[in-house]
Amino acid sequence: MALALNVNGTSYTVDVEPETPLLWVLRDNIGLTGTKYGCGIARCGFCTVHVDGQAVKSCQTKVSATVGTRVTTIEGLSPDSTHPVQVAWIEHSVPQCGYCQSGQIMAAAALLAKRARPTDAEIDEAMADNLCRCGTYVRIRSAIHRAAELGAR
Amino acid sequence: MNQINVTRREFIITSAGAAGGLAIGVFLAPMANAAVVNPMPWQSPNDKEGLELSQWIVIDPSGIITVVQPHAEMGQGAMTSTAMMLNEELQADWKMIRVQYADANRHVLNNELWVTMASGGSNVVKARHPHIMQAGASARERLKEAAAQTWGVPRTQVTAKDSVLTSGTRRGTYAEFATRAAGIKLAEEPKRKTPEQFTFLGTSVPRLDVPLKVNGAAKYAHDIRLPGMVYAAVYANPVPWGGSPKFDFNAIKARPGVLAAVELKAVAGKRGLADMQNGVAVVADTYYRAKTALDLMPIEWDYGPNAAMSNQTLFDTAYKKLGEKGAVRKDDPAALAAIAAAPADKKVGGDFHRPYEAHARAEPITTTVDIKADGTVDVYVGAQNPPAVMTAVVEQLGIEPKNCFVRRQFLGCGFGSSSGTFAAKQAAQIAKEVGRPVKLIWSREEDIRNSKHAPAYAARFEAAVGPDGLPTAIFTRTFGANSSDNTITDMPYEIALRHHERHADLEQANIPITTHRAPGTGLVGFASEQFIDDLARKGGWNPLDWRIAMTKTKADYQLVLKTLKEKAGYRMDLPRGEGMGVAVVESHGTIAGAVATVTVSRRGQLRVEKVVLAVDSGHVINPLNGTEQVEGSVVFGLAHLLGGGLEFQKGAVANSNFDTYRLLRIGDMPTVEVHFALSGGEKWGGLGEPGVPPTAPSVANAIFAATGKRVRSTPLTLHDLSWA
Repeated sequence: MALALNVNGTSYTVDVEPETPLLWVLRDNIGLTGTKYGCGIARCGFCTVHVDGQAVKSCQTKVSATVGTRVTTIEGLSPDSTHPVQVAWIEHSVPQCGYCQSGQIMAAAALLAKRARPTDAEIDEAMADNLCRCGTYVRIRSAIHRAAELGAR
Repeated sequence: MNQINVTRREFIITSAGAAGGLAIGVFLAPMANAAVVNPMPWQSPNDKEGLELSQWIVIDPSGIITVVQPHAEMGQGAMTSTAMMLNEELQADWKMIRVQYADANRHVLNNELWVTMASGGSNVVKARHPHIMQAGASARERLKEAAAQTWGVPRTQVTAKDSVLTSGTRRGTYAEFATRAAGIKLAEEPKRKTPEQFTFLGTSVPRLDVPLKVNGAAKYAHDIRLPGMVYAAVYANPVPWGGSPKFDFNAIKARPGVLAAVELKAVAGKRGLADMQNGVAVVADTYYRAKTALDLMPIEWDYGPNAAMSNQTLFDTAYKKLGEKGAVRKDDPAALAAIAAAPADKKVGGDFHRPYEAHARAEPITTTVDIKADGTVDVYVGAQNPPAVMTAVVEQLGIEPKNCFVRRQFLGCGFGSSSGTFAAKQAAQIAKEVGRPVKLIWSREEDIRNSKHAPAYAARFEAAVGPDGLPTAIFTRTFGANSSDNTITDMPYEIALRHHERHADLEQANIPITTHRAPGTGLVGFASEQFIDDLARKGGWNPLDWRIAMTKTKADYQLVLKTLKEKAGYRMDLPRGEGMGVAVVESHGTIAGAVATVTVSRRGQLRVEKVVLAVDSGHVINPLNGTEQVEGSVVFGLAHLLGGGLEFQKGAVANSNFDTYRLLRIGDMPTVEVHFALSGGEKWGGLGEPGVPPTAPSVANAIFAATGKRVRSTPLTLHDLSWA
């Protein structure tokens, strides 16, 4: 079934089963591989993208439900890694293996869009679904605070 | 707005240049003032246009210096660390450095050209710095010699700094002299710098791979896309070494995009790290279609002889073994006699165990194999030991090693799991049978259930305490973790009489295992450092002071423990429900001590508030990355204490995904403080793992302090920590 999608400001037409998770359409059909597969059951957050500005787990989002929406992936968060979250992530040296970080960054960016100055508790709540196996949690927390500062400028 | 119609054909064409052709990578330059890493680091440098000074260094006429390094980047910072070590000697302009992977094929065919490609055991800095730094020193001296010959001056009058060679008023760049330097053989290899001469090592340098990991640019095995590539989803027999499946491909073959089902066959009697289990894969034009079809395909498994295995049977065996004499590793009948003779109130004893664990690295195991028309085979993989992958594929396909190329990716974590090579065999077999490049992705369920697991462990301790409250004799008997036996036999505490026996992990033959992050020392440390806590308390000692008193002749332990005492504010007089615990474990050449602070509610809700560590790795080449590695190690230690834990039932792993194999989340994260207490000198320890072993026992000891409950096994989700 041909579906029209808007991803990072570009229109795509994809021919897939409508129940296909957005994750696999992004990765296998469109070729945007920055969004990662980790669990397929919305329990790791590696696949987090924005649909109309809201953070969603793309592994549990049917592609058909995103027709008519604006989908943003890590590749589209900023053209040049200058989104405050990306800047803060570099400043605080957050990524280690980096595999979960697209999802972490997209979740953090969505949080900051709603809460300009989140508390630690709000960060813990918003990021609770985003697993990191390297153990960068301390830096994720500090980088979100830093991104909040940068975003306020 | 752009308008793009994505058809399979178009994506194949547009992506062919990048991933298929192995063309020269376009280096991103996200930070103008730093060295960078190729986002597709497996691509070869342009040897023809640039200039290879040695296998480690290519100097381009533009002045770009490519460091071709052998070690896997799995989050531990190998690419940055190797480039830093090399450039401490090379003295090139850091911002002109580009880092990428060395070619495994060339390594293997040329008598291990880069010495080793294996990345594990926290070894990259610890064990590899001599030859990596030598490569830099050698290249620098050859460049100096080239300039000296050109200018007609002795080499000693040429200086090298920031990619510039100078002698008096003469000046030239490394690039200008690279051609001549390539033809120079030094009569004698230069001496490497000693640590007090370092000007770059020891400074905090931002990791080079970080900018690629904030915008989706870094490529993992999971991200490979090749022209004509198809996708495979796989199930291995859920019971290790079970028989072949019966499956009905006809039931799914009409589904969209489905191409084939491929049976994967274990080789009878072969149960090594690289050997496949019996299984079946479904191949389709997308992963989603392949996985969905596999889930719908009727499969009947022959579970084989291990179908009754469970955690209960496994630990029944382990504890039975703990009651039997094992292989004697440290023989002292006097220790046994002293313990036997001690009065009951002067004896301490305890048993501990740990279950099997999944690696659950972030990136589920993914391998792409492309068997090309010219007979060469490309294997796209994130591997800790690429030559092992090469060997596996060569064996599976019956090809010549010279025709096998491992295209190395960034790894989504390592933890020892990626040295497992049987997914590469699976992918090779599937690619051979379908005649197309195949990307095999293990689902998370497959990753957790059917990986080679981290091993289980059990240990028994007994000791006698003398009149001064200090131990006179200790007896230990362990089951598993034999590679870390010296953590017990060489226990730093000055206990006069010691006897140690061990049993090999008898289940190894049935449950395939591999390493983990601090595999053995993490298991041993969990048990031994809790027992030590009991031992100190039995004698009426403060457990931190006990450790200081019992390691008096060991300067590095004294440094770590006294730093910990100074920084952590360890105390034993906290109200019930609050507690502090200490542990210290040596691993990978590094001593790491931890003091944890916890609170436990009356109902048993645990919160780890803070972990303070003191670490002696001798030297730290990059304190920023070193600190990150210790922070990450704390998370790893906590993750498999608070959660994790594989549960075997009816021969198979009953956990399946992150809902049933629960790992640490940000909300559980304590404050972490890392203090380096460096003894320097000849000591070079690792940092990727040593923070793991003391973390769990320090928290367990804090739980004991808070509740009086001893944590004899993991995960804590199975324990009731409530107190009245």
